[in-house]
Amino acid sequence: MALIECKNAAFGYEGKAAVDQLNFSVEEGNYLCIVGENGSGKSTLMKGILGLISPMEGEILYDGLKSNEIGYLPQATDIQKNFPASVYEVVISGRLNQMGRRFFYNKADKKAAMDKMEMMGITDLRNTSYQELSGGQRQRVLLARALCATQKILLLDEPVTGLDPATTREMYQCIRELNEKHGIAVIMITHDIDMAVSEASHILQLAETQIFFGTTKQYKKSKIGRIWMGEEEDD
Amino acid sequence: MISIISEMLQYEFMTRALLVGFLVSLCAALLGVSLVLKRYSMIGDGLSHVGFGTLAIATALGMAPLKLTIPVVVVAAFLLLQLSESNKINGDSAIALISSGSLAIGVMAISITTGMNMEVYNYMFGSILSLSVEDARLSIVLCSAVLVLFIIFYNRIFAITFDETFAKATGTRVKLYNMVIAFLTAITIVLGMRMMGSLLISSLIIFPALSSMQVFKKFRLVVVSAAVLSVCCFFVGMILSYGYGTPSGASVVCVNLVVFVIMTAVGALRRV
Repeated sequence: MALIECKNAAFGYEGKAAVDQLNFSVEEGNYLCIVGENGSGKSTLMKGILGLISPMEGEILYDGLKSNEIGYLPQATDIQKNFPASVYEVVISGRLNQMGRRFFYNKADKKAAMDKMEMMGITDLRNTSYQELSGGQRQRVLLARALCATQKILLLDEPVTGLDPATTREMYQCIRELNEKHGIAVIMITHDIDMAVSEASHILQLAETQIFFGTTKQYKKSKIGRIWMGEEEDD
Repeated sequence: MISIISEMLQYEFMTRALLVGFLVSLCAALLGVSLVLKRYSMIGDGLSHVGFGTLAIATALGMAPLKLTIPVVVVAAFLLLQLSESNKINGDSAIALISSGSLAIGVMAISITTGMNMEVYNYMFGSILSLSVEDARLSIVLCSAVLVLFIIFYNRIFAITFDETFAKATGTRVKLYNMVIAFLTAITIVLGMRMMGSLLISSLIIFPALSSMQVFKKFRLVVVSAAVLSVCCFFVGMILSYGYGTPSGASVVCVNLVVFVIMTAVGALRRV
């Protein structure tokens, strides 16, 4: 069963498509990497998947996936760097989409927050201020928050930007575990094609339009894939 | 000290002013934490100027000031919020534009009708004598509503303050809650303006939040500390104002300023 399916969709702003002819689907347990150069429409597509903008053409279908079942890890903002909030406060805010008409967190929300912090290995940090964390720890906190918001699918927008190589590896391993052990589908925007090929099950390549969608195996064999991975000279 | 306080409480207008001031400082401090963190602190300043302009026009037309000022400032708050969110006009300049424009309109309205007088002075720098019984009653009701709404939406306000994109992406109605914040801010500013003065009311929003952030690093602690600081500064400021005959609004702001310096020092010492 496809969680998300794009049929001939186009997304953009003010009547101008930033990316079009999108035909792809994400099934339960998939790990999809969206690759492409800057300005190729990756972030616009992400907004489309999140439902923040609606398709200009075509359609995007969600099967058995409600809008409050998507977990999202946005790119870090400036405001957050000096934000006074404890790790626990940040993580539990991911439960907001489960609250419906309730105003305050209940026991289930609190337990979920504790569980997700355990899963991300940040339980010890729960009373630490977000300001005082390292880059890698912050990403773990935001991942835990995203997990509070979803059981099914995680959307990650360049999750390793600004992290050192060791932390980057750790982060990828963490995401792989969530995908393999917990069966959470992952859609990730990335610049790092080598990582995408080694980690993901599917690749979607954009250049203001869809230029490849398929499994990683197919991608490795395709001409476009070989060019991008640097195995074949572009002529 | 205690004799001064008991002396103050003998005057009916004073108890009224203290009660309204207490509620307004509480509301301003709570909302201030979110506004300062969202980099919206100047919205408070812009709104108070709009308040000044409307107040002047209401007086010129012989209308009840609060009944005209509240709706106009609420509309201005939504407008400013919209402007800050759109990228077409720079939010900062939009606020400057609206605040100086309203100030000018207010001054014009006054000079055409009554002429620049004590009234204008009171609008600008505040006066505790300006609170009528009816104003006080309305203020108490509205402030209580602001407090209740803030507590009810506390978790949502945290979420949209910390990360609007995430909140929006996971299905929180960010726009609605931004409007709730703007609405509550507008009401608080109008209510506080008469007493604190339209030039000084925005400090009630900014100072307690900033002071608290120097020392505390958790959202809940910052919120609680801002509320406590704001109320304490208000009372100390009022006592000073009564004791030395200084203007009430300016006295409260000066106490806030001293507290800010102390909190900054404490924060710096902690980090060492």
